[in-house]
Amino acid sequence: MKALIKGGELVSDSYQPLGDDDALPDAGAILVSLTRWQSDRADLLERKDPVGVRLKSDESPELISEDLGSLSLVALEFPQFRDGRAYSYARWLRERFGFKGEIRAVGDVLMEQLHFMLRTGFDAFEIESDDPLGQYQTANADFSVWYQPAADGRPTATQLRHRRSG
Amino acid sequence: MYRYDEFDQKLVDQRVEQFDRQVSRRLKGELTEDQFKPLRLMNGLYLQLHAYMLRVNVPYGTLAAKQMRQFAHIARTYDRGYGHFTTRQNIQYNWIKLEDTPQILRDLAAVEVTAIQSSGNCVRNITSDQYAGCARDEIADPRMYCELLRQYSVLHPEFSYLPRKFKIAVTGSPNDRAAVAVHDIGLRMHLNDQGEPGFEVLVGGGLGRLPYIGHTIREWIEPEHILSYVEAILRVYNMHGRRDNIHKARIKIIVNQMGIDKYRELVEAEWERIKDSALNVPDEEIARIESYFAPPAYQTLTDEAVLLETQKAEHPGFGSWLKRNTVEHKVPGYRIVNLTLKAVGLPPGDMDADTMDAVADLADRYSFGEIRVSHRQNLTFVDVRQRDLLALWQALDALKLARPVLDSISDMICCPGLDYCALANARSIPVADDINRRFVDVDELADIGELKINISGCMNACGHHHVGHIGILGVDKRGEEYFQLTLGGSSDQNASLGDRLGPGLPQENVPDAIAAIVERYRSLRNEGERFLDTYRRVGIEPFKEAVYEPKESKAVA
Repeated sequence: MKALIKGGELVSDSYQPLGDDDALPDAGAILVSLTRWQSDRADLLERKDPVGVRLKSDESPELISEDLGSLSLVALEFPQFRDGRAYSYARWLRERFGFKGEIRAVGDVLMEQLHFMLRTGFDAFEIESDDPLGQYQTANADFSVWYQPAADGRPTATQLRHRRSG
Repeated sequence: MYRYDEFDQKLVDQRVEQFDRQVSRRLKGELTEDQFKPLRLMNGLYLQLHAYMLRVNVPYGTLAAKQMRQFAHIARTYDRGYGHFTTRQNIQYNWIKLEDTPQILRDLAAVEVTAIQSSGNCVRNITSDQYAGCARDEIADPRMYCELLRQYSVLHPEFSYLPRKFKIAVTGSPNDRAAVAVHDIGLRMHLNDQGEPGFEVLVGGGLGRLPYIGHTIREWIEPEHILSYVEAILRVYNMHGRRDNIHKARIKIIVNQMGIDKYRELVEAEWERIKDSALNVPDEEIARIESYFAPPAYQTLTDEAVLLETQKAEHPGFGSWLKRNTVEHKVPGYRIVNLTLKAVGLPPGDMDADTMDAVADLADRYSFGEIRVSHRQNLTFVDVRQRDLLALWQALDALKLARPVLDSISDMICCPGLDYCALANARSIPVADDINRRFVDVDELADIGELKINISGCMNACGHHHVGHIGILGVDKRGEEYFQLTLGGSSDQNASLGDRLGPGLPQENVPDAIAAIVERYRSLRNEGERFLDTYRRVGIEPFKEAVYEPKESKAVA
């Protein structure tokens, strides 16, 4: 079963995925492709309800960096879980562009990757699993020490070492 | 050497438990082999021709005696009693059972060793000069930066699913023993005008199917910026590296497609954004790590020239070992000693468990309990008192680790080849063995001098054939194993890729071809000129003729 986890909880998806040729609904949150965003940008910018854009793994968030203030969700696609471009995109969204909305991992999302995703700035995950919440909690508890500064702002081992001694 | 604190240890322990869960998920069928493969590879576990192979990291080639003893324990308990030291300064076990791996990793973690990222499309073991901290020609000790990079790269959340594997090498000496120009990132230490050390950064070097020498992306970077600069290079690679073709996914391909200038522009723009971030290493952390690499308790000694001369006269064989296998040390009265793992009849780099234990004991006794692994598949004791050299030589000789063949024809690099490896086209170990048997006379080897032969069993070039003074590549021609020779490669500070000599040769003709090349070299060389320098002076034609159109002896092709 495909489930959405956000903020550590199972939630129902409030965004309606909209195909590139589907009619724009009058109301409600929608999730569109980059193509749809670029072609209907003016109309979409005027909507009152939330709009999200779904980026493929060869579509950099640089392409929507000007519009991020108007978006509440960016979904980053993992066509295969081996394709790691979206980890960098998520960091750019959070750290370079200061995006505060939801960053959702979609596509081939495995439990084993959740920890890295959380660190790089994702906060929502669409995963296929019989026990999505259990998997999320397990993966999230895998580590309590981190060497690298990343988008989640967790203190690194280096910072803790010198906080302790200083 | 570096020792784990509670943070390092906790992370490694947690990684072991995570891997344990991944293995049990696989054994229960919750993960498909396709899903499990990248997970096990990221922990150094390959499925080879006959069994699982586990590759264990030796960070920048630095090993404690206690860790070597644990390697022996693992060889005995979980493998067939031996291990294989590789060109990546690592050790591989060839006969591992999947269900044993969590316990093996626990045993390793107990002595601060891991298999984390020894494979997979992530940043691999950081490699360096096996003489680091002790070499007389060194600008500054590179190990502190290696350790910084090790920690930085371990379980990197952003760079664990790169387009392809990523290798970083560091040299602190202008005489490059770490082959930095053929790594994805090479860091080469220089001094600036104020006499402070910093790094030249090379990018896009690599061997494999499409070999490249790295380009200098930046002439100079201050050490405190090393992590942010590496991060910028990795981020640009992660976003732009090719993912459509595994054979074109290494950074060298995108750097050469894009051009180094364009790549540099992207990296510099990214670096500007992140250079003043938490990636800057605080001084107190530099001081903390540096303290682990403080020199050991050297005694105040003087060089023992007279004693050594007397011992050379009294002990035949000691002198040639001293000359060939040992290197001058920066501290008076000490010497660096290489243990050659190139005995006739043994695969280069192999060592059995009893020998590992014996080496650990000798390291405790003669070299402050520390052992180094070199990318040429030898071991090194870096801190031996000159007055102990004779006793150490005798002990090493009894272990067959004192053949005076360092940097000679016999000191071959050789991948495991088709005897073990699922990717290989040809058996490389028997070729090395044939050559070794052809050149058994150590006096002849000494006369031939420095001549590095590198052998790979396939295009993936684990045996670094492109950068051997003589490279040998195993290929499959209609089901038959053939060997292609290249000449003139080098991985040092004047790195070059070898030129193809001509059509491939059957295995039985390789030793004759090497002999013909050596004979031609001896007839052409100037006084004191190495093979590589003769080759660079005269070019490939005389050697082509010697192998393929010999005037007097029989043709080998």
